[in-house]
Amino acid sequence: MGTLHVSVSKRWPGFALQAEFAAPVPGVVALFGRSGSGKTTLVNIISGLLAPDAGEVRLDDAVLTDTRARIAVPPERRRIGYVFQDARLFPHLTVAGNLRYGARRALCPAAIGFEEVTALLGLAPLLGRRPRQLSGGERQRVSLGRALLSQPRLLLLDEPLASLDAARREEVLPYLESLRDQLAIPMVYVSHQFEEVLRLATHLVLVDGGRVPAHGTVNEMSLRPELTSIIGTELAGAVVEGVVTRLDPALGTAELAVGRGTLQVSLSGVDPGARVRLQLLARDVILATQPVQGLSVRNALAGTVIAIEDDGRGAVLVRCDVGGAVVLARITTGARQALKLRRGDAVWALVKAVSTRGHAFRIAPAR
Amino acid sequence: MDQSVSAAELDALRLSLEVAARSVAISLPLALLAAWLLTRARFPGRMLLDAFVHLPLVLPPVAVGYALLLLFGVHGPLGAWLRREFGIALPFTTAGAALATAVMTFPLMVRAIRLSLENVDRGLEEAARTLGARALDRFVSVTLPLMLPGILAGAVTAFAAGLGEFGAVITFGANIPGVTRTLPLALYTAMQSPGGDALALRLAVLSFALGLGGLLAAELLVRRVRRFLGR
Repeated sequence: MGTLHVSVSKRWPGFALQAEFAAPVPGVVALFGRSGSGKTTLVNIISGLLAPDAGEVRLDDAVLTDTRARIAVPPERRRIGYVFQDARLFPHLTVAGNLRYGARRALCPAAIGFEEVTALLGLAPLLGRRPRQLSGGERQRVSLGRALLSQPRLLLLDEPLASLDAARREEVLPYLESLRDQLAIPMVYVSHQFEEVLRLATHLVLVDGGRVPAHGTVNEMSLRPELTSIIGTELAGAVVEGVVTRLDPALGTAELAVGRGTLQVSLSGVDPGARVRLQLLARDVILATQPVQGLSVRNALAGTVIAIEDDGRGAVLVRCDVGGAVVLARITTGARQALKLRRGDAVWALVKAVSTRGHAFRIAPAR
Repeated sequence: MDQSVSAAELDALRLSLEVAARSVAISLPLALLAAWLLTRARFPGRMLLDAFVHLPLVLPPVAVGYALLLLFGVHGPLGAWLRREFGIALPFTTAGAALATAVMTFPLMVRAIRLSLENVDRGLEEAARTLGARALDRFVSVTLPLMLPGILAGAVTAFAAGLGEFGAVITFGANIPGVTRTLPLALYTAMQSPGGDALALRLAVLSFALGLGGLLAAELLVRRVRRFLGR
């Protein structure tokens, strides 16, 4: 297990970037933040296309940038693949020509070959085409393949799905998942869509106003107010991971082992034993101070209140330990007073099977 | 009589084509360099270089030819050196006519190439960089192919304009049949000769046809290359 270490600053009139994080690789390091928060600047610094005013970038033992030691490896020698938001395919070359561009200039023996990449990304039918004859999703897949064939030790993806509609996004995402799960290439994935982070990230770096207020696993970050301040209280909610223990295809539900409890969720298309990740939106979690009966709610997770935070807008965020996992519940200040909720109280967190966000996200088996 | 007239015409036409082709060969690499310097490089005196490149557009062509005579004449600084080192003399030769034509059409070519270079997406060069391409490699494999329409347009326009260069050629190359008497010089000579009206008319029509054909060819070529480049 290696580390991507970034500690850099860059100043412009009106904008300052001062970011520091260290993330375990291989895996998918998500840089998540609003537009204009400095994510692309950070990726450009990692790629070497932009020089920081001060700081360093290291990947495992390799020093890529170190302003104090006056080290600045030029981008063409960094072996860092870059998938740009706008694909940037060479218009004068065919798809095959684009793919071979990086392969020809690779600085080390090929760890991944042309055939493998073409198969992995479904590019075979596109090889003879020109970039202008491709759809947005196809362009991004070619761009991904081109970067992979340059045999990078790190892959940067700057919002590769941002310019695509929902359908095209769905077309590319599975390929990104298979890259993460089948190749051991570390990736830095820039996004302002939390859904993509949920689905892909193994490590989450929050970027806000040119700074990194927090970084850690997706589960840890989902409980942090720094994330809530980026995505808003409506989308705040604990991310839990669990193993599929039972499937009921007729009902379209699955049972997950989460912490020491179980969770019934609407989920299909997974196999028993698969690890899945899902977000329980805090606004959809109901708290009860005693076991309830006669409700349609499928899940009642017994737990303990570990923290209560006032959000200053008439609601509180209650953090409950439900036996090895933590869930967040957002309830009104009035409800909290009525229940006389305090730290250490025993509660039941009620979660509707259908109110897990979107769908469950398959995640990589733990390494 | 008829026979010799036709031979003179053919001679002038052949010479014009040769001079124009050689002038393009001389100016193309320099125009590329100048366009690159004016677009991409930051150095003191850039504005001066820009003005200098455009000078032949605004100077009387005779003045350009005269300046070339001063520079490349037998006693000129460059002329003396060329003669001493290589035994080359440029004034009053076909090569000299090509040089004068190259200087006159240089601004046209630089303008076209510069425009195409300004339109090259720097993002594509950055992408090439992340894929391991060094500076010269990037220029040859990405920048140059994307500039190709502009380079071709510049070359063909300069070629067409070079067919008709008059002032600088007659000043630097004189009016020697078979050596420097290109189409416009032959036309001028015919107009000055008694009974040369018919010849002058034919030469004028030929010049028109060549100019029009050259410009149309440039446009068609650029379109084809653009399509090939996927624009």
